[in-house]
Amino acid sequence: MTALLTRLMGRLPIGWLQLAHSRTRFLAALAGVAFANILVFVQLGILGALNDSTVAPYDLFGGDIMISSVDANTLTDGSNVARTRMFQALGTPGVADAAPLFIGNIEWQREDGGSSTLQVVGLDPDRPAFVPASLRAPVAGLRISDTVLLDESTRGLPAGALDGASSASPYRFELAGRAVEAVGTVSVGGGFTADGTLYASDQTFLRLFGSRSSAAPNHVLVTVEDGIDPGVVVDRLRAVLPGDVVKVATKTDMAAADLTYQTTERPTGVIFGFGVAIGIVVGLVIVYQVLSTDVADHLREYATFKAMGYGQRFFLGIVLEEAVILAVLGFVPGVAISAAIYSAMAAATGLPLAMGVDRAAMVLAGTIAACVVSGAIATRRLAAADPADLF
Amino acid sequence: MDGAGHHSAVPVAVTGLDHFFGTGEARKQAIWDVSIEVARGSLTVLMGPSGSGKTTVLTLMGCLRDVQHGSVRLLGEELNGAAEARRVALRRRLGFIFQAHNLHESLSATQNVLMGLQVHGRGDNALRLRAAHHILGLVGLGDRLDYLPGSLSGGQKQRVAVARALVSNPEVVFADEPTAALDKESGATVVRMLKTLGRKRGTTTIMVTHDNRILDLADRIVTLEEGRIVKDVRAR
Ligand SMILES: Nc1ncnc2c1ncn2[C@@H]1O[C@H](COP(=O)(O)OP(=O)(O)OP(=O)(O)O)[C@@H](O)[C@H]1O
Ligand SMILES: [Mg+2]
Repeated sequence: MTALLTRLMGRLPIGWLQLAHSRTRFLAALAGVAFANILVFVQLGILGALNDSTVAPYDLFGGDIMISSVDANTLTDGSNVARTRMFQALGTPGVADAAPLFIGNIEWQREDGGSSTLQVVGLDPDRPAFVPASLRAPVAGLRISDTVLLDESTRGLPAGALDGASSASPYRFELAGRAVEAVGTVSVGGGFTADGTLYASDQTFLRLFGSRSSAAPNHVLVTVEDGIDPGVVVDRLRAVLPGDVVKVATKTDMAAADLTYQTTERPTGVIFGFGVAIGIVVGLVIVYQVLSTDVADHLREYATFKAMGYGQRFFLGIVLEEAVILAVLGFVPGVAISAAIYSAMAAATGLPLAMGVDRAAMVLAGTIAACVVSGAIATRRLAAADPADLF
Repeated sequence: MDGAGHHSAVPVAVTGLDHFFGTGEARKQAIWDVSIEVARGSLTVLMGPSGSGKTTVLTLMGCLRDVQHGSVRLLGEELNGAAEARRVALRRRLGFIFQAHNLHESLSATQNVLMGLQVHGRGDNALRLRAAHHILGLVGLGDRLDYLPGSLSGGQKQRVAVARALVSNPEVVFADEPTAALDKESGATVVRMLKTLGRKRGTTTIMVTHDNRILDLADRIVTLEEGRIVKDVRAR
C-alpha cells in the first residue's frame, strides 16, 4: 500500500502512514464517517420513498395529458372536474380521446381484524388507452360490477393471501358495506397516504363512493393523436378551457409539480428535506472534527516539516490525502449498513426504499467533497503560524 | 537570487535586531540590538543562561520566526519583510536540529530522512533511498533503517534528526541544544558527526549549547544575557 501510494504521489504517503499508525483512532474516524453516511442515506431514503410514492401513482393510469381542478396539488386533494371539460377536450384538434379518472382512498376493514387504506383507481374498462398496457386485459374484465383488482402487496395483508384470485375463483371481501370480488391482482404496495391500490371500473367506483357522481371525475385524461406534440395540445386545451377552474398539463409535468408541492410545501416533505440537511451538517461536523483533531495532534511534526521548507500546499496535500482515504474507506461500511437499514425499513413499512447506484455515487461524492473542504479548513491554522511558535 | 548565498562569505548577518513577545500590556522585549556576522564554514556557538534569548535569536536567523525590527540577511536575502514563498525557498537550503528530535512518529527512520530530500520536489526515488540509507549508515544507524521512532532510543532518534537535517547538504545548519537530551556517549557521537560532516561539506553551523565538548570545537562563542550579546570570543 505504502509503496503503491509513494509511486502514485511521487512522495511518501504521509497521510496514509499517519492514519494507519494509530489504528484505534483510524477506526474511530472511519466509524464517524460511516455514521455520517448512514445518517444521510437514511434521510435520503425516506425522502426518496416520498418522491417515489408521489410519482408512482401517475403510472397507475394512462393518457398523455391531464385536466385537473386548479386547486389540485396532488392526485387526490383537489376539487372535481366537470365532465363537460372532457367533451370540450374531445372537440379540440389533436385530441385522440379523453376519459374520466376517478381516484379516492377507502378504508378496508379486513376479516383478520386489521384495516388498510386502499387507493381506489376507477377507470372506464371500455377505454383501454387510459389503462396501463400491462393491465388492459384484467381491467377489461372489470365490466362486471363490483369486481376489482386488489393489490397483493397491500400493507397489512399477509403475503400470499390473494394467491390464485381469478374470475373463476375470486377473492371475496367487504368494502364500504358492499360485497366485492377481486378477480385479479396488481402489485403496487404502500406509500405515505395509502397501504395499497385497488382497480375498479368507473361504475364500481361510483358505487363504492356513494357521494360521487359520474358527472364529476377527479381528473380528465387525454390522449393525443399520433405524431402530435402533447405540448401543443396542452396549449390548445388551455385556450379552450376556463383557466380559473381547471389546469392542463402533460402527465409528466403534473407528476413533477405534485413532487415539488410534496417536498417544498407539505410538512412531511419539508421535514424530510430538513432531515437530509441536518444529516449533512452532522456529517460535516464529524468529518471536520476528525481531521482538525488529527492536524492538532501532529502540529509539532508539521512545524518541523514547515521548518524544513515544506509549504502550505504540502500540508493541504497530507490532509486531503487523509480526507479522501477516510471518505472512501468510511463509505464502504456506511453504504453496506445503510442498505441493510433500507431493507429493514422497507420490510417494516412497505415503502419503496432501495439503495440506488445514483444515490450511492452522490453520497460518496458528497462525502469526499465534505472531507476535502473540512481538511482544507483544518489546515488553515497551520498557514498562519510561525514554525517556531508551533514547537 | 538563489545563487547569491553560495558566493557570500557571510551566510548569516544580523544587524540591530530587536524582538518583542506578547501584545499590549504584556509586550516585552526579549532581544536587544543584537548584531552578529557568521563566517562561512564556521561553527558558532550561542551560550547564555536560560531565558537569555538564545533560541529566539536562532529561530530569527533561521527564518522560523518573523523578523520584527532590525535586519537579518540569510544567504544573501533580507528576512525582514520577506514574502512567505521566499522564506519557504530559503528554509530548503537550511538544516535544523532541535533539542526535541521532532521525528514524525508514523514514519520510519529512513522515511523521516527522506522527508529532508523530498522537500526539493519530485525526483529519483531509488537515488534518494540510497542517499538516506547512506547517511543513516554514517550516523551509525545502518541496522535501524526501518525502525519507527517509537522503537529507537533517545540518542538514536536524535541521530536520525541529524541525518534528516544534513542529508540534503544544507548551506547553514541551525541546532538548538542538540545534545541536551542525550547521554554522554551519544552526545559525543552527534557532535563528532556534526563537526566532520560540516567540515567535509563546508557547512556553516550555528548551535545553542552548554556542552563543553562542543565548546572545545567551536570557532566562535557568543554569549547572550538578557537578550544582549555580552561576550563574543573567537577561537584560534
Ligand atoms: N513564545 C514566547 N512568548 C512569550 N515569551 C517568550 C516566548 N518565547 C520566549 N519568550 C521569552 O523570551 C525570552 C528568551 O527566551 P528564549 O527561549 O529565547 O531563551 P533561551 O536562551 O533559549 O532559554 P533556554 O536556555 O531556557 O532555552 C525569555 O524571557 C522567554 O520567556
Ligand atoms: Mg532555548
